[in-house]
Amino acid sequence: MLTSLQGAIESGLLYALMALGVYITFRILDFPDLTVDGSFTTGAAIGAVMSVNGTPPWIAVICAFIGGAIAGTCTGLLHTKGKINGLLSGIIMMIALYSINLRILGKPNVSLRNMDNVFDGASVLVLAVILAIAVKVLLDLFFKTDMGLSLRATGDNSRMIRSFGANTDITTIFGIALSNALVATSGALIAQQQKFADNSMGIGMIVIGLASVIIGEAIFGSRSIFRATLAVILGAIIYRIIFALALRVEWLEASDMKLITAVIIIFALVVPSARRAVKMKSVARKRTAEMLAKVGNAPEAGGER
Amino acid sequence: MLEIANVSKLFNPGTVDEKTALVGANLVMKPGDFVTVIGSNGAGKSTLMNIISGVMRPDAGDVKIDGRVISPISEHQRSRWIGRVFQDPMAGTAPRMTIEENMAMAYTRGKSRGFSFGVNKARKKIFKEELSRLGIGLENRLSAKVGLLSGGERQALSLLMATFTRPQILLLDEHTAALDPARAELITTLTESIVREMKLTTLMVTHNMEQAIRLGNRLIMMDKGRIILNVNEDRKHNLTVEQLLGEFEQISGKKLADDRIVLG
Repeated sequence: MLTSLQGAIESGLLYALMALGVYITFRILDFPDLTVDGSFTTGAAIGAVMSVNGTPPWIAVICAFIGGAIAGTCTGLLHTKGKINGLLSGIIMMIALYSINLRILGKPNVSLRNMDNVFDGASVLVLAVILAIAVKVLLDLFFKTDMGLSLRATGDNSRMIRSFGANTDITTIFGIALSNALVATSGALIAQQQKFADNSMGIGMIVIGLASVIIGEAIFGSRSIFRATLAVILGAIIYRIIFALALRVEWLEASDMKLITAVIIIFALVVPSARRAVKMKSVARKRTAEMLAKVGNAPEAGGER
Repeated sequence: MLEIANVSKLFNPGTVDEKTALVGANLVMKPGDFVTVIGSNGAGKSTLMNIISGVMRPDAGDVKIDGRVISPISEHQRSRWIGRVFQDPMAGTAPRMTIEENMAMAYTRGKSRGFSFGVNKARKKIFKEELSRLGIGLENRLSAKVGLLSGGERQALSLLMATFTRPQILLLDEHTAALDPARAELITTLTESIVREMKLTTLMVTHNMEQAIRLGNRLIMMDKGRIILNVNEDRKHNLTVEQLLGEFEQISGKKLADDRIVLG
């Protein structure tokens, strides 16, 4: 139990980089980017193939980061310059990357057993914690810079930031590139950790990323960027723990996990908005009652005042 | 300062919905001019604003700032010279960001935005000073999210953000129209004092005839894509709403039709 919990936290921290990428597009840019399903595998493929060919694993991970950034740039270009609908741009890139990933891998899966590994001679947990925190802090700082502010404003009120001279096409492309770079890095690290990369490992990744973001925000809140990025990391870990627990339920199979993920997201999306609606209604009812009471107590409403 | 030379713009050209937004519009503004714009529905006032700010490109004619043709320059690049306040109080600020962050984005108007921090001590001091100019206490709420402010407060902030970097041209597109009368009056007063203090060259579209006469040193009237009346400084002093309506009827041969017009 304990080892599986530790395993869940370790992979949660590695998947957290992917979830942070999803957070950038989904929450900050307000751009639902489906490229993630492809770019996660792209990162894993680049990292794995380079390791197999003898590149030091750290350099392979950095190249995965760059590969993801290129994939994201393509999606951004399709959307901003090609004027293609955002969802569609992501889907197009996702499907294109499926073939590209197969080309990179050369075969459906590549084993990394007995290769140099990023996690050689270090505790996976310690390394993963350091990585996740480092990326979180860097993102927090970045979003406070002039460039970061204009990126956030692009998702918040693009007309306003254009009137102050930011090129929202560039900020959008940059944001999507940064997002997919993180996603690809996460893919490369996961491949290193599980010691194989396979062409279908990215399928459903966007939904897992969304689940992490939504679970994290629902539990830990998202009032500031600092809070939100922390929430996303914790959300990714919690998602992995739920995953590990679900695997221990006898009548559930590993393949049911995507369905469970979908159900978790539906709950996380519906419950808060339903709760808000109920609360609004009760406040409205209370206020109306107060107002009615006031009117009722007034002697003879109407006439002179 | 600002010159609009023979500018024309068609919407949906060549279709049954073809609509003339501007035909051969001409306007020359000297530095420090404050021109108010009035006109009936669909007269082309907003199109004029959009063409100056670069949201739209003219089909014919040129827009010049300081003698330089800016027609081919994109909207975000023009913002170096042009400050704008929109009608919608929500349009000029980013709601999920704080007051100081919004100010920081306005502060870097037209500059390249790099990796230095948007809000630092020195900038904070400037923001506080500028915000206190508004007199509504925003200088004490620097780290509040703008989404928490009222419509009037947001519009006041938008006005400040559009002006405190002293753009060469200020465009105000019915920026008091969506506010209740008291707030509209506050924004009008602020506009007047800010424009005067900073000597901004300003073009203001309004539905309020009284406001159009009271503010600024010049007034233009538009109808069907044309500038039909250009009132200069001397005449504007003694202008009344009745005279203005009379002039409109005389020139265009119909009554001024605008479902939102306020006579003042």
